[in-house]
Amino acid sequence: MIITKQKEFNDLIKCIAKGPVFIIGCSECATVCHTGGEEEVLSMKKALEKKDIDITGWVILEPACNLQKDKLLLKNHMNTIKNAKKILVLACGNGVQTVAEIIKDIDIIPGCDTLFLGEIKHANDFVKTCTLCGECIQDLFDSFCPVARCPKSMLNGPCGGVKNGKCEISSDIDCIWDIIYKDLKKKGQLSKFKEINKPKDWSKSIEMRRTI
Amino acid sequence: MSYRSNLEKILSENKFAITAEIGPPKGSDQNKIKDKADILKGYADAFNVTDNQTAVVRLSSWGGCFILLKMGLEPVMQITCRDRNRIALQSDVLGATANGIRNILFITGDHQSFGNHPSAKGVYDLDSIQLVQVINDMRNKGIFQNGEKIIAGKPEVFIGAATNPFSEPFDLTIDRLEKKINAGTDFIQTQSIFNLDKFNLWMDEIISRGLDRKIHILAGITPLKSIKMTERMKFHVPGVDIPDNIYERMKKTINPLNEGFDISLELINEVKKIKGVHGLHITALFWENIIPYLVKESGLLPRT
Repeated sequence: MIITKQKEFNDLIKCIAKGPVFIIGCSECATVCHTGGEEEVLSMKKALEKKDIDITGWVILEPACNLQKDKLLLKNHMNTIKNAKKILVLACGNGVQTVAEIIKDIDIIPGCDTLFLGEIKHANDFVKTCTLCGECIQDLFDSFCPVARCPKSMLNGPCGGVKNGKCEISSDIDCIWDIIYKDLKKKGQLSKFKEINKPKDWSKSIEMRRTI
Repeated sequence: MSYRSNLEKILSENKFAITAEIGPPKGSDQNKIKDKADILKGYADAFNVTDNQTAVVRLSSWGGCFILLKMGLEPVMQITCRDRNRIALQSDVLGATANGIRNILFITGDHQSFGNHPSAKGVYDLDSIQLVQVINDMRNKGIFQNGEKIIAGKPEVFIGAATNPFSEPFDLTIDRLEKKINAGTDFIQTQSIFNLDKFNLWMDEIISRGLDRKIHILAGITPLKSIKMTERMKFHVPGVDIPDNIYERMKKTINPLNEGFDISLELINEVKKIKGVHGLHITALFWENIIPYLVKESGLLPRT
């Protein structure tokens, strides 16, 4: 799940400056995060209208990151889209760019900040668990990922800053190395800790290839 | 008027400046730098020591610069954004200036995938324009990037940057140079020049925008040593523009060293006549001992 957060409303108003606006939401991640589902798109519509910004229409893409599906769905809305001066996209950074591939001549405003790839722990409770590093090595760490969950991405942790199982940068963060240690101890696999884990091959990251 | 460095003094006095590149070794043997420096002493005003160029691990730029300082030569340290975040970048500038390095050239750097450690993680916390602005604020306003005051000594540094007159789109390369000037760059060293027509067009635009009066421009010169090197630079090195006539000359000659030398000499003699060019930056890859001959033959140094 791509976790997003809606931008501050006042910042959005500044960005939009002048309407009219067409609003686009997303049926998947942004719906689950309550940042760009139907409910949020409609309340955004209401809030903008209160600020005297006209809304020409809205649509929920299924999902926003699917170019071919977007093309089909947006086709039915082209008349109301054309009347808009700004397109507000309530989806992740990918959704914004997929929309921009289709709507070329109108300014597009991202309505959300894209935060991370994470787990849905409970409703509205998300945890970052993966950094999309391109080469999964969780088998070495008992299915916990220190690349994503240690703020220093240490592969031979923990560092000297761990205290009572909490991370040095915040007592709100569990030290993932403390968790790995306790888990391996329970399983009688502490010998795994003795291995020096080699520097990571960051070239496996898709950063350098862009497409697959 | 006091100057931060000899290079700044020479450029400020409207003298034609020469900088030369010294590539540091893949190892810790300081003699590799000393030997090159001995050959080049007296044939340039300042000497660039590259910072892990093409992302290949070598003796560090500041380490090489200290060796030059001890020999009484003026270094131009290079710093790329590839390997350091803003904490290390600012700290290294303080450390370098504290030890007498006064010229520093700031570049974004070749991507790590081009080098000999392609599995490395690139940093790129800042880009070269942002970095120049950060260092300029440290120097002029006495503040760090976070806005905090520098407590004990602003870094007195003559700020350099690089630019490529041959990259695309043409207008954007000049807009970007203007951004570098506005960020605080004092001098630039250009990509090696082989295509004089294109360089002349670029300089015309520089002059029409009045940029040559805002920044010192050192034109890049690289002597071609062999057909192999010419082909590698023409076909494989991004951003290099070797026109067909130069390529043909290197291809046909039976003496590539002589031909490469002649081509460089011709380019130098043309480039030094171009209005707005304030000096040369000579990069002779693995052929540093040719630089004294080029400088003498073209009558650039010693100055009369």
